[in-house]
Amino acid sequence: MALRQCAIYGKGGIGKSTTTQNLVAALAEAGKKIMIVGCDPKADSTRLILHSKAQTTIMHLAAEAGSVEDLELEDVLKVGYADIKCVESGGPEPGVGCAGRGVITAINFLEEEGAYDEDLDFVFYDVLGDVVCGGFAMPIRENKAQEIYIVVSGEMMAMYAANNIAKGIVKYANSGSVRLAGLICNSRETDREDELIEALAAKIGTQMIHFVPRDNVVQRAEIRRMTCIEYDPSATQSDEYRALAQKVITNTNLVIPEPCTMDELEDLLMEFGIMEEEDETIIGQTATTEG
Amino acid sequence: MSQEVENIQPSYPLFRNDEYKENLSTKREAYEERHPQDKIDETFQWTTTEEYKELNFNREALTVNPAKACQPLGAVLCSLGFEKTMPYVHGSQGCVAYFRTYFNRHFKEPIACVSDSMTEDAAVFGGQKNMYAGLENAKALYKPEMIAVSTTCMAEVIGDDLNAFINNSKKEGYIEQDFPTPYAHTPSFVGSHTTGWDNMFEGIARYFTLNYMEDKEVGSNGKINFVPGFETYLGNYRVIHRMMKEMGVDYSLLSDPTEVLDTPADGEFRLYAGGTTMDEVKDAPNAINTIMMQPWQSVKSTKFVKNTWKHDVPKLNIPMGLQWTDELLMKVSELSGKPIPESLEKERGRLVDMMTDSHAWLHGKKFALYGDADYCMGMTKFLLELGAEPTDVLCNHANKRWKKAMEKMISESPYGANTTVHISKDLWHFRSLVFTNKPDFMIGNSYGKFIQRDTLYKGEEFEVPLIRIGFPIFDRHHLHRMTTLGYEGAIYMLTTLVNAVLEQLDKETRGMGTTDYNYDLVR
Repeated sequence: MALRQCAIYGKGGIGKSTTTQNLVAALAEAGKKIMIVGCDPKADSTRLILHSKAQTTIMHLAAEAGSVEDLELEDVLKVGYADIKCVESGGPEPGVGCAGRGVITAINFLEEEGAYDEDLDFVFYDVLGDVVCGGFAMPIRENKAQEIYIVVSGEMMAMYAANNIAKGIVKYANSGSVRLAGLICNSRETDREDELIEALAAKIGTQMIHFVPRDNVVQRAEIRRMTCIEYDPSATQSDEYRALAQKVITNTNLVIPEPCTMDELEDLLMEFGIMEEEDETIIGQTATTEG
Repeated sequence: MSQEVENIQPSYPLFRNDEYKENLSTKREAYEERHPQDKIDETFQWTTTEEYKELNFNREALTVNPAKACQPLGAVLCSLGFEKTMPYVHGSQGCVAYFRTYFNRHFKEPIACVSDSMTEDAAVFGGQKNMYAGLENAKALYKPEMIAVSTTCMAEVIGDDLNAFINNSKKEGYIEQDFPTPYAHTPSFVGSHTTGWDNMFEGIARYFTLNYMEDKEVGSNGKINFVPGFETYLGNYRVIHRMMKEMGVDYSLLSDPTEVLDTPADGEFRLYAGGTTMDEVKDAPNAINTIMMQPWQSVKSTKFVKNTWKHDVPKLNIPMGLQWTDELLMKVSELSGKPIPESLEKERGRLVDMMTDSHAWLHGKKFALYGDADYCMGMTKFLLELGAEPTDVLCNHANKRWKKAMEKMISESPYGANTTVHISKDLWHFRSLVFTNKPDFMIGNSYGKFIQRDTLYKGEEFEVPLIRIGFPIFDRHHLHRMTTLGYEGAIYMLTTLVNAVLEQLDKETRGMGTTDYNYDLVR
């Protein structure tokens, strides 16, 4: 099987890293060889696989050693649960430097050092929040991730973000082979969440690949720095991640998305009662005039 | 005070007349808050000591002239070696002005190179629009047949994706779909000019061959490819042409800027001249093999040629000096089945004859040198062959494996017993070494002249003259046309070295009635 490279995007705090690690654990359980590349200066993309607080990152080690050229692959690549290979790109403290450049440097390093070996079935990039600069688009450039999954929930801002990410994908899809592979709904238990995300998926031309219900076992596992799959293989939630994994394995629905306009998105939200129709008569009216 | 039209003088000797001397010293007294001369001298003397050297080598957070330039400079030189190719730098304008002046000053030639002038808005929104307009304009104005794109720091920090940007420019119709646009990401804050050359070459090779390998067969065109690497001695390109022609070997020199960097003044301006053709690059995978002239500086290209072209890339060293030229020619002979011709054997014989003629003067002479990785290695090798003693060899951009290889080579010669190899060190470190280890000569680029001045200030007996072999050479003319590779190159270097020794000896022995008993007519 040829190496498949997937990038996971989504609004900050949506549960990208947790979903990615559980998905990856389920794939590994199914016998796939996988590498996770964390592309977020917070470096929390591999902790559940490695049972660690935060993996020492490429950029951190490079800063210590003097330059990236002084690093060896084994310094940065750790092996965790089910032989999953883990790398964190890392980056600066908030407020200084350039985290995007950190991602570029880290991925170039991995390529040059031969981290993408032929035995791998999947590489997953767990990318910070929105695509805010060119650096965070590095995983979807030519020859890298060709499948993008967006983690989303039925909340308004999460859907906004998903639509924005789809816009980013269009830019790269037109000149390369990167495609949107689906939305993963990480449930927040909002009303008619599954229908809503399916409607959103249809609107931007993709699919809701799986609906992951909310379950506290995920949090219990997280406290133990484990994936749900490893912590409690018999939990129903583990089966949900297995189902997601199977769908990813067989997924052939790769598209260039057609992101919708803000108006369309708002119409959709109104249709599902998440947003109220705007009352234009009250705009710009102070409390006194409203009397 | 003012200049006279009939006798306009430059700063020297003008500032030496009494009026200027007085004026300058008044200015110094009144405004410059200069330290007293004895304090300056004391500090100067201190910077020449062993104690200061220790401190200098423990320096952690400062570089004083690293003796290297940045990646896109190398990428531009590589691009100039291809026929009708415009080097295009995606990024800020000032960087390109720097590359152009740097080459102007070295080659004394105009250098064609464009930038897409990214400014504040491009830094925020990305440089796609600059690329649209830049490619369209560059093509319309300068009518190149290929545009080779590299990047500056700015484009790299914001993460501009050349592949996507160039494809979008084509899709949007700013240039034709089939217009050749090889590219390489060349962040200046990584590696050096030699890395940039390597990246650009790999980019060009990739662009023209990666997706066209089905009908390629190793050896089917009967040629040998030569990849020069970052090379500024025009004679080094020419000597490859000459040696291969004399051997009757069919070959491709992949990147050859000799014509465009050495155009005649015959009334016609040549924006483009000569260069490796696109067809030669496309045909390159069909060659018998590919030889890297500067293997330490061609890591990425080597990898590509091995993996994609399936050439095994023979393990050779830079063909500098006697033995490594022998090895190159023997390898070419082996690969092509053509014997080494008498003309080259004779040339080799002449070199050996010269080496023995000059041996007495070079034996045991001490040289400190700095420069690029392959050059330093080749020059050290040649010095050892001459019986000269390298004291310190400094290369800022080389890696630990290079250092190990250097140390192994040095350990195999008795003349290398006192040689130290330095990596990641700069010219201020080198200055300390020149004072404390007292070589007889330095070999390097023009920047060494300031170290020579400093050694002279310490006292005439401390002066370490600079022999200019390297890049850049801004303050002597036409040396870039010379040759340092092959037997021919060894002959030039030997001539330069031995005459520097003799000049120095003349200088020291021409004291009337004091040392002139050894001021000999015959040396």
